[in-house]
Amino acid sequence: MSVPNDLRYTRTHEWVREEGDTVVVGITHYAQEQLGEVVYVELPEVGRTLDAGEELGTLESVKAVSEFFSPVAGEVAEVNERLDDEPGLVNDDPYGEGWLVKITVSGDGAELMDAAAYEAFLAEEGH
Amino acid sequence: MHPWIGVGEADRRRILDELGLDSVDALFETVPAAVRTDRLDLPPAEDEGRLMASMRALSGRNTTAAAVPSFLGAGAYRHVQPSAVDAVLSRAEFFTSYTPYQPEISQGTLQAIFEFQTVIAGLAGLDVANASLYDGATALVEAALMSHRLLRAKRNTVVVAETVHPMYRRVLETYAGALGIAVVTVPPGEDGRTDPGRLAAAAGGDACCLVVQSPNFVGIVEDLPAVAEAAHGAGAMAVQVVAEAASLGILHGGGRFGFDIVCGEAQSLGLPLGFGGPHLGFFACREEHKRQMPGRLVGQTVDADGRRGFCLTLSTREQHIRRAKATSNICSNHGLMALAATVFMELLGGSGLRAMALGSHAAAEETKRRVLMLGDPWRLAYPIAPTFDEFLLVGPAPGEELARRAAEAGVFAGVPSRKWGGSWPDGLLVAATETTRAGEIRALVEVLGRIGR
Repeated sequence: MSVPNDLRYTRTHEWVREEGDTVVVGITHYAQEQLGEVVYVELPEVGRTLDAGEELGTLESVKAVSEFFSPVAGEVAEVNERLDDEPGLVNDDPYGEGWLVKITVSGDGAELMDAAAYEAFLAEEGH
Repeated sequence: MHPWIGVGEADRRRILDELGLDSVDALFETVPAAVRTDRLDLPPAEDEGRLMASMRALSGRNTTAAAVPSFLGAGAYRHVQPSAVDAVLSRAEFFTSYTPYQPEISQGTLQAIFEFQTVIAGLAGLDVANASLYDGATALVEAALMSHRLLRAKRNTVVVAETVHPMYRRVLETYAGALGIAVVTVPPGEDGRTDPGRLAAAAGGDACCLVVQSPNFVGIVEDLPAVAEAAHGAGAMAVQVVAEAASLGILHGGGRFGFDIVCGEAQSLGLPLGFGGPHLGFFACREEHKRQMPGRLVGQTVDADGRRGFCLTLSTREQHIRRAKATSNICSNHGLMALAATVFMELLGGSGLRAMALGSHAAAEETKRRVLMLGDPWRLAYPIAPTFDEFLLVGPAPGEELARRAAEAGVFAGVPSRKWGGSWPDGLLVAATETTRAGEIRALVEVLGRIGR
């Protein structure tokens, strides 16, 4: 299972990449595998302000629907509009083309895990 | 515990222990004592033959709209009932009131639903229709709640024309009240139509949808293009509810005029009048809004060998997957009633639906003309506005009294227009359809003539 070292992770299986003032958010390889083939992604409106832990959008697969959450407090700067037509990018390239949202950070985030901690978390959860 | 064998004493004990109760009676304590009974005063059991005879004698005391001259409407209409509808419904393969819970094994049922959706979407003038809902009132509620979701629950007012069926509005208010959504009601103008500008202004920027019924409760065809424009100008969804689906045989559904949701009651399409039910709700919306749509949806697909087949689709909106975040608490449909409507619409075809609508309109116009020939004090409440197959007639007495006196003379002259309140004149809603016979119109004119003198 792929857990890149340069990212940080949440207990709800989002990953976060810092790019200056903004962070890029997606879901982990593990999360997309659990969901199965993603057929629809509901993304937030650009400009929406968020608290850390707030629901950011929904991912719909052929067998389930799952919410994803904002790892940080801030404002939605950009959403991955390609997912409207190509939701499968979330499965094919969860850490790259399948990113979900960019957020301009305005405050402290929830506590994030590094790759090792996330891997330990997955192991601990029985994954 | 076995899923379908009833519980025994031991099981009952376990359930009560789990609930922390000492008796089954304690479970029902919240039901007021006044409405509980420990003994039903029933006559001794009868054999089947006697029971049928006594039930027939009892039901024979009712007078049905088929047995006497009848101009009843107001949401339930007497239309043609082809025998083929019941013949198809009663086939064992079809005879269930729900979509099946192992759906894909029942391809015939899914195909019927798919065809129902196809015809309804066409009549509504929209892209997608669901597998049906309970009735016109709950369909309207679903439309309002869907609008609320589409605007991300940021607008908390539903603006509804008063000329939407009063019973539908009551159901809407029941749901909305529980969800903290306000319902603002806008009375009609002097011509009996809803003023789109007043509708749009009523919520002061907080409207998630504007709702009109067309033809409306007093029979009048609303100005749909203007309502759609007003709704969108106010940043709200445009919702049309239809209580007389036969009108869609000659009047375009609101989708053609920019409405986002067209929903309503499809009893007129093959369901008999039956003391208020069962009825059939329908619901159609735009492609881009389908993920917020309530209810079941059947899609067409191909199987592994490339053959056409049908399956439930977008099920992730529904309760069995989405739980509390489902788009609706409905997780079934009115399968048997939707099948009846499908058989009916496919038997009649487009030209037949049109003929039925034209016949209904012509019968209502003829009824109107003949009644107005009686002269004073009989007149139309709204003489100018266009109507489909129903109109509001005022006479020498309040509607309740007119209806009662006509019924005593053996004629159902119409539904009292203020039976459920309303700011419109107090008279009779008179409906006629393609089933209305010349003799019925003569009987109506005669009995009203006598009441008017």
